[in-house]
Amino acid sequence: MTPQKTYRLEFALLVTVLVLCFFINLSLGSISIPIKSIFNSLFGTIENSTWEVIISDYRLPKAITAILVGSGLGISGLLMQTLFRNPLAGPFVLGISSGASLGVALVILGSGLFGGFLAAVLISKWSIVIASSLGSFFVLLAVLAVSSKVRDTMAILIIGLMFGSITAAVVSVLSYFSSAEQLQQYIFWGFGNLSNLSWSELLIFSIIYIVGIVLSIASIKGLNSLLLGDNYAKSLGLNLKQIRFILILATSLIAGTITAFAGPIAFIGLAIPHLTRQIFKSSNHKILIPAVFLFGAIVMLICDSIAQLPGSDYTLPINAITALVGAPVVIWLLVRQRKMMF
Amino acid sequence: MTTLKQHIILKAEALKIGYKTRSGETVVTSDINFELQQGQLIGLVGANGIGKSTLLRTLIKVQPALSGNIYLNEKALEELSSLALAKQLSIVLTEQITSKNLSVYELVALGRHPYTNWIGNLTKTDQSIIYNAINLVNITELKDKRCYELSDGQLQKVMLARALAQDTDIIVLDEPTTHLDMYHKAYILKLLQQLTKETGKTILFSSHEIDLAIQLCDTMIVMTKDNAIYDAPCNLISKGVFDGLFPRDLIAFDSKSGSFRVNK
Repeated sequence: MTPQKTYRLEFALLVTVLVLCFFINLSLGSISIPIKSIFNSLFGTIENSTWEVIISDYRLPKAITAILVGSGLGISGLLMQTLFRNPLAGPFVLGISSGASLGVALVILGSGLFGGFLAAVLISKWSIVIASSLGSFFVLLAVLAVSSKVRDTMAILIIGLMFGSITAAVVSVLSYFSSAEQLQQYIFWGFGNLSNLSWSELLIFSIIYIVGIVLSIASIKGLNSLLLGDNYAKSLGLNLKQIRFILILATSLIAGTITAFAGPIAFIGLAIPHLTRQIFKSSNHKILIPAVFLFGAIVMLICDSIAQLPGSDYTLPINAITALVGAPVVIWLLVRQRKMMF
Repeated sequence: MTTLKQHIILKAEALKIGYKTRSGETVVTSDINFELQQGQLIGLVGANGIGKSTLLRTLIKVQPALSGNIYLNEKALEELSSLALAKQLSIVLTEQITSKNLSVYELVALGRHPYTNWIGNLTKTDQSIIYNAINLVNITELKDKRCYELSDGQLQKVMLARALAQDTDIIVLDEPTTHLDMYHKAYILKLLQQLTKETGKTILFSSHEIDLAIQLCDTMIVMTKDNAIYDAPCNLISKGVFDGLFPRDLIAFDSKSGSFRVNK
């Protein structure tokens, strides 16, 4: 489906805003660094070694993480909304984040049950990443299995909520047996954090992220067929089983790794696709996927800039900011349109 | 397109349709036989719950037949790949499309999916086929509207244009006239008849508009409790097939006018 409108102006505008937000994000923080110095630091000339270290070891990886997280959650939300024919679908609502949380809780809190060497192995960052990805993958598989049995999409959302409850229950049981230190680690993970990724972790993160994005781009045609409904999509020659598997795989790779590295970040996955549809009056995924990518990255950079509380030494949990931004947006959309389109 | 040599598009042979259940199978209708010719308009009629939708679902390969054979262009239906099927058979269903945010052009363009590349880019040929489909059903002025802005009748025409853009030998429509007023019912069915003549496509539709179907169709499939009868409308009338279609306490078929009358 070739769009009749190419939205060149809108895309140019979004790219400009993204670049702007990127540099503002680098500039703001407990210490404000002038944009000119950021340019100098990025392109080699050293003028202030403290700023240099702040940018290269802290702010630059954080800004890149914000871009990956925002765009990735937005795209996985878009994939889920189309796959489940439900405007309320998103990685958070469908229980993918709960699945990831459950995996992480089992690793962080459950490691106390094993003790010693095994605990040290289990608590490493990589086991958290793997546990989180596996958790989200299994929840998505369960959601998919149910969605092929029941045609009512409300049931799928309820199942997502139930996974949330199961996670909460398991966490409360585990927390009874774990140390205060472990509990704190789990709770801090749950706040969401964009800033504790090293360059090497960022590399792994981006590789998995890119695999997920490539799968999403390869599914554009299938996603567009799915806009008609399953039977029509099938009549257009689409292999439903295959596309469902690819979409779920892509989402669990993207949302799973994001949750693993940055914690469960709320509302971005749900709100970004809807905000994008407000600007790009299209349901065509060839337009929506790049637009959601840009939009998600911009919103996440802005949320992160706010969370850093520029000029102060405090940092707010990123999850609090995304929820404060995201929840009113969803309410506003519902009130304005009375109906959520997708 | 000329139809000098009559070509059989869709053929059903000793077809038994129904549902497989845990305890065995629930047979809806058995021993269905017909041969649908190229360029014909075929109406499928019968009372509510008699199995029209089950038959259509079986013919478009949404559900498997219990036994018997279906041939599409002389190839067994179950042996066709989904892509090969998509290039020979298109559908218009009663179910609502999932996203009404699509523009009419975008929706019709989706019909080109079996022919486009991996990302769905439309070639010049694709575009001219899309415009041709839009012209054939007279919706040029709706081209840039979004689907939620359309009335039921307009949406039905758009869905028909999408099926035309899919450029298949046969189009199967499940109750295309539901929710339409009397004028639009006649309009849609008349349009289907025109399309069979202009494009040489075979069009099979199910409907409750028996009166209109008798007037417009080349052949009809009449489903009753025991069997499915396939013949030209006038032969069906003279055989008295329509008399047995419904219980006779309320309405009766008047073979002179070819329509049903309410008992006074």
